[in-house]
Amino acid sequence: MFEGVPLSWFLILSTIMFFVGIYGFLVRKNLITMLMSIELILNSVCINFVAFNKILYPEHMEGMFFTVFIIAVAAAEASVAIAIIINIYRRIANVDVEKMDEMKY
Amino acid sequence: MFDFSYTIWILLIPFFLFVLIGFWGHKFKPIVSGIVGCAGLLTSWLLSIFTAYKYFFDVGKVDGVYQQIIGYHTLWLKFTDTLHIDLGVLIDPISVMMLIVVTTVSLMAHIYSTGYLKGQKGFMRFYSFLSLFTFAMLGLVVATNIFQMYIFWELVGVSSYLLIGFYYEKPSAVAAAKKAFIVTRFADLGFLIGILLLSYFTQTFDFLTLTSPTGPAIATPPAATFLGMSVMTWALILIFMGGAGKSAMFPLHIWLPDAMEGPTPVSALIHAATMVVAGVYLVARLFPIYITEPIALQVVAWVGAFSSLFAAVIACTQYDIKRVLAYSTMSQIGYMMCALGVSGMGGHEGLGYMASMFHLFTHAFFKALLFLCAGAIIHAVHSNYMYDMGGLRKYLPITHITFLAACLAIAGIPPFAGFFSKDEILVAAYHHDTALFAIEYIVAGLTAFYMFRLYFGIFWGKKQDYHHTPHEAPLSMTIPLMFLGLGAIFAGFIPFSHLVTSDRQILELETEWIVAIPSIVIALVGIGVAYVMYLKPTEIPKKIAHSLRGFYTAAYHKFYIDELYLFITHKIIFNHISRPIAWFDRHIVDGSMNGLSYVTNQASDKIKGFQSGQLQQYALVFVSGAVLLALVFIYLWT
Amino acid sequence: MTSNQFMFLLFSAVIVIFSVLTVTSRRILRAAIFLLFVLVSTACLYFLLKYNFLAAIQLIVYAGGIVVLIIFSILLTSHIAEKLPSASLMKKWPAAIVALIGAALSITVILQYAFPGVNGSTQTVDVTHVGNSLINYGKYGYALPFEVISILLLAAMIGGIILAKKRKD
Repeated sequence: MFEGVPLSWFLILSTIMFFVGIYGFLVRKNLITMLMSIELILNSVCINFVAFNKILYPEHMEGMFFTVFIIAVAAAEASVAIAIIINIYRRIANVDVEKMDEMKY
Repeated sequence: MFDFSYTIWILLIPFFLFVLIGFWGHKFKPIVSGIVGCAGLLTSWLLSIFTAYKYFFDVGKVDGVYQQIIGYHTLWLKFTDTLHIDLGVLIDPISVMMLIVVTTVSLMAHIYSTGYLKGQKGFMRFYSFLSLFTFAMLGLVVATNIFQMYIFWELVGVSSYLLIGFYYEKPSAVAAAKKAFIVTRFADLGFLIGILLLSYFTQTFDFLTLTSPTGPAIATPPAATFLGMSVMTWALILIFMGGAGKSAMFPLHIWLPDAMEGPTPVSALIHAATMVVAGVYLVARLFPIYITEPIALQVVAWVGAFSSLFAAVIACTQYDIKRVLAYSTMSQIGYMMCALGVSGMGGHEGLGYMASMFHLFTHAFFKALLFLCAGAIIHAVHSNYMYDMGGLRKYLPITHITFLAACLAIAGIPPFAGFFSKDEILVAAYHHDTALFAIEYIVAGLTAFYMFRLYFGIFWGKKQDYHHTPHEAPLSMTIPLMFLGLGAIFAGFIPFSHLVTSDRQILELETEWIVAIPSIVIALVGIGVAYVMYLKPTEIPKKIAHSLRGFYTAAYHKFYIDELYLFITHKIIFNHISRPIAWFDRHIVDGSMNGLSYVTNQASDKIKGFQSGQLQQYALVFVSGAVLLALVFIYLWT
Repeated sequence: MTSNQFMFLLFSAVIVIFSVLTVTSRRILRAAIFLLFVLVSTACLYFLLKYNFLAAIQLIVYAGGIVVLIIFSILLTSHIAEKLPSASLMKKWPAAIVALIGAALSITVILQYAFPGVNGSTQTVDVTHVGNSLINYGKYGYALPFEVISILLLAAMIGGIILAKKRKD
């Protein structure tokens, strides 16, 4: 409980954002929009960590630092993903994920 | 003790000839194969004569009983201590007699073929198959155990098939060869079951053990019964079925007339003198066991008698000279079987056995002679049919005289050989069963009739103009005729009852005139009727045939037995048994295999959709799995 | 309702609505902008929780870096005027069901769990403290992760350059 806001509210918010992100990852056809859904997922996890840290373990800082590192990793991953997407676009001139099925039977 | 182990060479010489001529014969001129074949067989013949002399007149007898000596012996396959298959040579009165018969007739056939088949394609093949046959037949007669006899039995069947189908470009010859092989093979089914039954209950294959009076077959016969008859009776009847197939007894006789498609020396050797008597020899070999089962012996006697009557009736109507001789063979073998059937064991009771073996011996000579003469006639006239012949006595003098001698022998006129042997058979039948005697008596008359119908039809009868004059056969063909002619005349004087009897002891005989006179009378009656009907062309045959037309047509068509067999196999067995089985095999057995593969293919087709390469499908499955696992572990798994 | 609760509810509403719009919008640039709004609202949440430094990092890196990067790549690879095709129903329904079930399951578990009732402190996290922790190599220090993260970022940079480089051929 943080100043009247119960922990469960934070967790429910992050859960909703997480599953919206999953829905978006499973549904969207454009690779960039799939990447955006992934950012949503990562973001929800960050909120989770921060909420736990602030409410359950207020004298520690692990949650905050973990979140810092998550953000850094998300940035690195997004840049590499964009690089791959640019490469794919150069090859087949579109970024539709359904067209990339060369690893099939 | 005289060492008889050299007797294995009597068998092995023809075997090596078969291999030699078969593989290397084509490298030389054809006549070389003929000469090599004849030379090898001459050696075998001399060895057999020597063996016979040594056995019968020198060392064979101990205390007045001829011994059964194992000349040569190797163990081949061992099942238990008593049950094992050997290969060996058994020296015994009947086997030595058969050695003489087989090697003599085979030698005559070899010499004859050098002239008969001269210039024909396949000369070397013929000689190698003849040697194979000789080897197989010799192996059969000297077999020490019943399984060895079965092995050589089958080998004889194969050689017969190869030789009947010698002119393999003729479809009728091919069909005849197949028919012979299939019918005898079918009979051999009974033979094999009989062997298995016999050896199962007595635990031995060996002839000496089986036929010894203290052995497991005779002293302690198995008590098991099946459908009212003891298993020994069943075994013996089944073994007789095998013998009946090989000896062309009714109803397994259908192959013998068709086997005449083979060259004439083959008919003389195989289908007159040697292979067809293998059935008689088999019953004679197992005779001590047959004595203990009267039912089996009755079967043998009646099948023999019926076959001889059946064949004699058909022979009266046939025009192809080789077919007449084939039915005559069937009839004479019926005599031999009947004689065995009416025989007892020991002394005067065993007269039938001795008579049967004696008749086998003499029959070999005159029947082989008849066939070889027929070959000479066919060679001269280029046709098999009686209506193309007539008045040949002027053109073929040697053939004429020898043919006449053989006919007199087969009709049973003294002092020719056939009289002595046939007379003994009639005596044995007379003392045992009057019905069988009556049948065989009538058949004797019919035999004389149809043989002299044949004789008069060929050598007298109507004058034919031949478009090229028939000439006598060359020397290579007439020498065997003369040799066999001497045998047909003088073989009756051999004191057979001193040599071959049921208990291997000497049997003193005197002619029973009460049987001998009527048998001579009926033979003369038969000859007389034939003389009247056929010496000059008359209308009498046509009138008789017309008045008996139903019966005559049936006899001319061999009583439709062949058609009956065809009906049974084609309409019944093929349609109702083979076709459903084939359908089952094709649709259900193959179908289930195909179905299995089809199901696998379809399943794999459906499953491969899992690896579609679609990233979001993979992700969906992943997330669903994770959610499912979470559900299971949180709520359902305790 | 306290002001905290009201602010929290306001920010969470923004987050939820805009995240849903991100994943369902048919124009790609709008989706990117909605994502930006989500990230900015998250930063506001951090501010609410008195994590000022973290909120600043969120705004700079996430909202300022990643979203800009995404917009650049959108401009490079897509026709921004075109409407994105909406996904087939065969795709939407299973995904929606799975997401809903998952969400329901998680929320049920969260609501049923009795979290220990510790009242969070309201003091702000000090930047000095953060800086000292970052280079502290003793216990409760983050020197190692700090260095590792720097190497990761270096690797990501190099990797990105090589992947996206134009080939000479």
